[in-house]
Amino acid sequence: MNRNARRKHLSNAVVGLCGASVALALVPLFFVFFYVVKQGFSSLSWDFFTKMPKPVGEAGGGMANAIVGTLILIGLASLVAIPVGLISGIYLSEYPKSKLATAVRFTADVLNGIPSIVIGIFAYALVVLPVKHFSALAGGVALGFMMIPIITRTTEELLNLVPPTLREGALALGATRSRAAFTVMLPAALPGIMTGILVSLARISGETAPLLFTSFSNRFWSTTLSQPIASLTVQIYTYAISPYEDWHRQAWAGALVLVSVVFLFSVLARVVTKRLERMHRT
Amino acid sequence: MMEIVVNERAAETLVNLSATAAHPAMGAASLPVRMEARHLNFFYGASQALHDISILIREKSVTAFIGPSGCGKSTFLRCLNRMNDIIPDTRVDGDVLLDGRDIYRSDVDIVDLRRRVGMVFQKSNPFPKSIYDNVAYGLKINSTLSGSELTERVESALVRAALWDEVKDRLKTSALGLSGGQQQRLCIARALAVEPEILLMDEPCSALDPSATSKIEELIFELKERYTIVVVTHNMQQAARVSGETGFFMLGKLIEFDKTEIIFTKPRQKTTEDYITGRFG
Repeated sequence: MNRNARRKHLSNAVVGLCGASVALALVPLFFVFFYVVKQGFSSLSWDFFTKMPKPVGEAGGGMANAIVGTLILIGLASLVAIPVGLISGIYLSEYPKSKLATAVRFTADVLNGIPSIVIGIFAYALVVLPVKHFSALAGGVALGFMMIPIITRTTEELLNLVPPTLREGALALGATRSRAAFTVMLPAALPGIMTGILVSLARISGETAPLLFTSFSNRFWSTTLSQPIASLTVQIYTYAISPYEDWHRQAWAGALVLVSVVFLFSVLARVVTKRLERMHRT
Repeated sequence: MMEIVVNERAAETLVNLSATAAHPAMGAASLPVRMEARHLNFFYGASQALHDISILIREKSVTAFIGPSGCGKSTFLRCLNRMNDIIPDTRVDGDVLLDGRDIYRSDVDIVDLRRRVGMVFQKSNPFPKSIYDNVAYGLKINSTLSGSELTERVESALVRAALWDEVKDRLKTSALGLSGGQQQRLCIARALAVEPEILLMDEPCSALDPSATSKIEELIFELKERYTIVVVTHNMQQAARVSGETGFFMLGKLIEFDKTEIIFTKPRQKTTEDYITGRFG
């Protein structure tokens, strides 16, 4: 009896510890979120989405160029990272034990751990230096490099969860190895892979450091890929370190938009996964 | 004619048994050979899984392989369409001939080989696609059929796999919504759609309940009119019911290979007799 009571107490204590840890993890998140909403919401208006930044001293204005810029950068990064990530993920899962696969897996893990500013410097050397000016393209490449390892590893892991008997089924019908991978294995793993892609998008849309030496920033409306381009994160950074009260308020509004974008990607990831999974089942 | 065969399968089998027993020259032995293994050895890494297997597979008949788990019967089956090629660190020596040509020669088109030698797996493995797309898959990758031809071939494959009536109204729904037995018949339909000459079946009923099993068995019986079938099974009654010739595997060796009625009534080897009378395995 005594022993049972002790076990019960221990169990309760562990459950309590779990609850406390969850609270500890969530409390800062809620504080950040509510503070950003509180500070940002008052400065957020329709103008913020549609107008260009105003010079210092003039009230109003918005970040239309930065919002569009961020979307363009995310789009470019996706163009770079999704094909490369998907295909290398497929390779890793199809030939898991080859020497090249071991090297690719290790490289992806290292790349995933590299500080984002280093990725920025790399993209600077790769894209900015040869043409001698900042460009949206360079920013997209930098963000793309950050996405590649995430997509590669997610794709690999999710493909490994697909029963290998599906591959054999396709091969037995006369499919080549690559055909089986692209037409049977990949579609079967797609719901999860979509989640991985959206999570990686959420992750890079908040990056500032890799953009500082690549896409830089632009006070004007520009959608030209070979020119510097504004982005929400760099704009927030510039405004936040400025001494002007007006700009601070704009920065808070920008932060709110950014957090909402990340939130939206996360929600989208859940919805898309559910929807695709349901499509498979019925 | 075929319906009669199916419905009165048991009676027919008995008649066949007595007929072939009376005239050993008749029956399976008179059919032409489609596949042949000669002194086949197979290795997973350093461990040898198959030892010196030689066997003849005859056209339009059912050849069954029985034996305890891990005896190599599935491994051998997978050698017949080179499905083991995808397992790293495996090695084959000896020959497997399809119509007299060695399928392990380097100039053999493995995609073409697998189209001619189809396979149905132990656990049904429908693709997470619609019923229609499952059956059309092999056709789409192997040929350039028009939409209407494709639909026709899909229907005829489903009819041959005795599944058409159950799914004709829901071809566009997911194959994963079918029952286990239906999924296995879908996999058979999918294999039949590409018109293989030989159909390998790796314990096709081991995950099914008795009524689904008997449907698949009836199907095998019907299909042998048109196809050469090789079936691996744990279930000795099944081998006795459906096959013309039976091979008994143990520990990677082919202990005995003969007409089914001989294996089950007067096997030459003591081990075979012990196994089929249930003394082990």
